[in-house]
Amino acid sequence: MKNFYPAGKDTILLSIISGAQKALPIVFGYIPIGFAYGVLAQKAGLSTANTVLMSVIVFAGSSQLIAVEFFALGLATSSILLTTFIVNLRHMLMSAALSPYLKDWKKGELAAFAYELTDETFALHATRMSSSKVGKTETFAINLTAQAAWILGTGLGVIIGGRIAEIEPFALDYALPAMFMALLVMQIKGRKDVVVAVLSGLLSVGLLLLGFEQWHVIIATVVAATIGVGIEQWIKK
Amino acid sequence: MDQEMIFLTILGMGLVTFLPRVLPLLTLTGLSLPKWLIDWLRYVPHAVLAALLLPSILLQDGQISLGLDNLFLWASLPTLGVAIWAKSLFLPVIIGMAIVIFGRWFL
Repeated sequence: MKNFYPAGKDTILLSIISGAQKALPIVFGYIPIGFAYGVLAQKAGLSTANTVLMSVIVFAGSSQLIAVEFFALGLATSSILLTTFIVNLRHMLMSAALSPYLKDWKKGELAAFAYELTDETFALHATRMSSSKVGKTETFAINLTAQAAWILGTGLGVIIGGRIAEIEPFALDYALPAMFMALLVMQIKGRKDVVVAVLSGLLSVGLLLLGFEQWHVIIATVVAATIGVGIEQWIKK
Repeated sequence: MDQEMIFLTILGMGLVTFLPRVLPLLTLTGLSLPKWLIDWLRYVPHAVLAALLLPSILLQDGQISLGLDNLFLWASLPTLGVAIWAKSLFLPVIIGMAIVIFGRWFL
């Protein structure tokens, strides 16, 4: 009896609060970007319902912003779908990278988790899951908080719409870079990790300069991770 | 395009976004992966994070900018210091944002 610790209301509530707290940097980043999306979607002629529904159904920042641009230009549905697919292919790597940590999850839970997998939630989960065993309640609380912030930002963009958004004086645009840096520092465990990170970052910059605007993250990641494994094999020999 | 067609496109976007997110989790979690693949997947977070981060602090308007006017780059030095020292997520974000706010108002 003594060792058995039931997940009572209090522990669930605490998990939800700690999840929401961990997601706060994502919230700071998502509200202004969601806001920008909301403003642009209205200008592109999407109804309020469709604007908000896209944030509920798709929940992918870069592809939503691209889609809005395509809607405004009147491009074909097929090109919107293909671009969305290509832009989000990078999530396959992230989903695969988290799979070893989620072996005992049910299929339905995995699907619900995957639905809200973004660059930012992935970065947070990868750090949490690689350092300790994580609770499901906290994990879902992080994801739901992130999407709630995204939908809230979208709603604010729709409501305030016409007026120009000044986010620069509040440095909200620095929230995500700062979070990426903090997460990277937490992830780095040795010299090889630094090599892989620096290589990937520089490669990503180089690819962007060459005009690979939708592929830079995925190509840089694949090449740098492969070189990392190569270094490991080479050191062993 | 009418709103109904836009809604159908959004549903399609939802599907092509969800599939890459869910398929590896559903298909890989049951398997025991070979060592090299686990090593490779362990490098993915470092690589993804750096690939997202570096362009946002090194580039300004699509060009590499190492000048004093690249506020994000210079704010990143103390932010990095706080991140290494504090090993927390929230503190570097708050201090980094405070530095950028200060830079934009006073420099």
